[in-house]
Amino acid sequence: MIGPAEAVIVIPAVAVPLLAGVSSYRLGASLNILACTLTLVAATALLFGEHPRSNLLIIDDFNIFLIILTTFVGFTTSIFSATYLAHEIEIGRLTPLFLRFYHAMYQALMCAMNAALVANNIGLMWVGVEVATLSTVMMVGIYRTPEAIEAAWKYFILGSVGIGLAFFGTILIYLVAQDVVGDGLPAMSWDLLVKSAPMLDPKLLSLAFVFLLVGYGTKVGLAPFHAWLPDAHAEGPTPISAVLSGLLLNVALYALLRFKMVLAGNPAAINVGAIMVGLGLMSLVFAAFMLYRRRDIKRLFAYSSIEHMGIATFAFGMGGPLANFAGLLHMTMHSLIKSGIFFAVGHIAQVKGTQRIAAISGISVTHPVLAVLFSFGVIAIAGLPPFGMFTSEFMLVSSTFARQPILSIVLVAGLLVGFGALILRLQDIVFGDPTGKAHPAQASYVPAYVHLMLVLIAGLWLPEPVVEWFRSVAALLG
Amino acid sequence: MSKLWFDIAHLLAGGMLVLSFALLYQDRIAAVINVFAVQAIMLSLSVAWQALVQDAPHLIVTAAIALVVKGFVIPTALHQIIRRLEIHREVEQVIGSGLTMLTGLGLVALSILLVQPVGEVSIYVREDLAFALAVILLGLLMMITRRNAITQVVGFMSLENGLILAATGAKGMPLVVEISVAFSILIAFIVFGVFVFRIRERFDTVDVSALDRFRGERRDA
Repeated sequence: MIGPAEAVIVIPAVAVPLLAGVSSYRLGASLNILACTLTLVAATALLFGEHPRSNLLIIDDFNIFLIILTTFVGFTTSIFSATYLAHEIEIGRLTPLFLRFYHAMYQALMCAMNAALVANNIGLMWVGVEVATLSTVMMVGIYRTPEAIEAAWKYFILGSVGIGLAFFGTILIYLVAQDVVGDGLPAMSWDLLVKSAPMLDPKLLSLAFVFLLVGYGTKVGLAPFHAWLPDAHAEGPTPISAVLSGLLLNVALYALLRFKMVLAGNPAAINVGAIMVGLGLMSLVFAAFMLYRRRDIKRLFAYSSIEHMGIATFAFGMGGPLANFAGLLHMTMHSLIKSGIFFAVGHIAQVKGTQRIAAISGISVTHPVLAVLFSFGVIAIAGLPPFGMFTSEFMLVSSTFARQPILSIVLVAGLLVGFGALILRLQDIVFGDPTGKAHPAQASYVPAYVHLMLVLIAGLWLPEPVVEWFRSVAALLG
Repeated sequence: MSKLWFDIAHLLAGGMLVLSFALLYQDRIAAVINVFAVQAIMLSLSVAWQALVQDAPHLIVTAAIALVVKGFVIPTALHQIIRRLEIHREVEQVIGSGLTMLTGLGLVALSILLVQPVGEVSIYVREDLAFALAVILLGLLMMITRRNAITQVVGFMSLENGLILAATGAKGMPLVVEISVAFSILIAFIVFGVFVFRIRERFDTVDVSALDRFRGERRDA
């Protein structure tokens, strides 16, 4: 008998060979949606019933919310992807054979991300992140243009090196834990690691964290290690940009936070929070300035992802109930908004036939519905009220100001610089003189609107159970 | 456990490190591949030795995979690729051999210093880890200093050798060894199947610097 925790891994895993074998791309797209729906149902079932722990799987408040978020965005993206890819087939940019491969890889990615999230084992989690990296590398290169190959190659090399260093960190953690917990699987499980944290050797633990930070930090896209991120987002198919930004970055950050929990339990280890604050601020400020010089619309939002992952990392680095709460909310809001924006950007790029910002101005004249959708997305990601991101940024700024006034100045400056860039671009794209082609849009706007509605609701009124839930996770993070 | 057992383990790990240095100064692609094959065979010996010392028979599987796949199958395939693509010529290096070797020495010193704290756990584990970390860092260095897609892949696989050395040196580490070997095979195949051929197809070269033309934003915009 498999429970819901196993099901979120098994369903996509079964779908991989199935989708690879389906030759009709319409059927493939429907099966892809079906598999995502089933996974979402299984993830929702996690909310009810007992969660037995084992040495391989664990379900607690922290990962349950990320699993539901991941499967939900995976589900909406699969719907968007079906309409998006029908258009790509029509204009001959992709062939049905490639779509078989694409759908199989999509499910492999979902399987790997869910495995990384439910794993109670640092080795299994590493495997999840590695498979997720490999499957996205394949999808980024799928258009086979020189740019796409360059992006995939860069992503492959940087991602593999990052993941290699993370593996070395994982081995070090095992070595430390082995002395206290004993040989074998228990020495790699999260709950036992956290429980025995005070007894672990602090120096070795600190060394391990440096490797883990560089390794998983590369996957999060933190500032000195971010080089793969804009290329991978810009050159791959748009649904993949949406899941990369909305989900994979979160999974990597989740891994870092789990390790942070272990180190937080050991007072003699290095101060992880300070390092995360530094990296987070650096990513925020760097990405905010880089936003001004982007000419490619997907690259623009890729840099915005670096900015927001920086903000979330900064929040978790500050720690404490309020900042952690803000960080969790920020992660959630960013997932929903950014994938929603990529849905809109995908439609814009298709109706205009290009990703160059200069060539896609004035969509409010040619495609009013799309323009409204896109503007709401950008307003939400820029952190304006009444959307949910305003709440998380406001909480973060106020809690930082109370504790570290100087840092809060840098934080606010970074936020404002990024805000300015986004609003500037929004003006050009939405209200400029209409240029370029104007094909009628033929895709469904529903997934993007659903995401933005959720963000709007979260901004206006966060339901009590959700607040309680975030609060308990924030306490867990310390 | 007698000291001789550990001495042999260190001899094998040290051999891998020497071969990592040998990889750094090779200037022909075929030679790079051959040195890598020898390093993989050394890795499989080292893993087999660990299986014996730790009384962990499952490590034999890891050793066999390293021997067959990394020692023979992948090098043979790489040789075929360079023959078919006619790229026997010399490898372009970003910085000269001498400087690369000096940097490599620095990295070895760095890895010895980095794993210093492990000494309080076990002196033998510390030395194993220092070797493994040095192999990993030299693999990284090789990826940075070579411009050719195939040598970059070899650099990555050499890095992976270091990872497996570290994982097998950690006593009783579960699950990860087998999986990581499976991944190194997977990665190698992805690289052959997808990238090498696509890069060749599009650019008539496997020289990665040709990719640099497309760096960043499209300037013709």
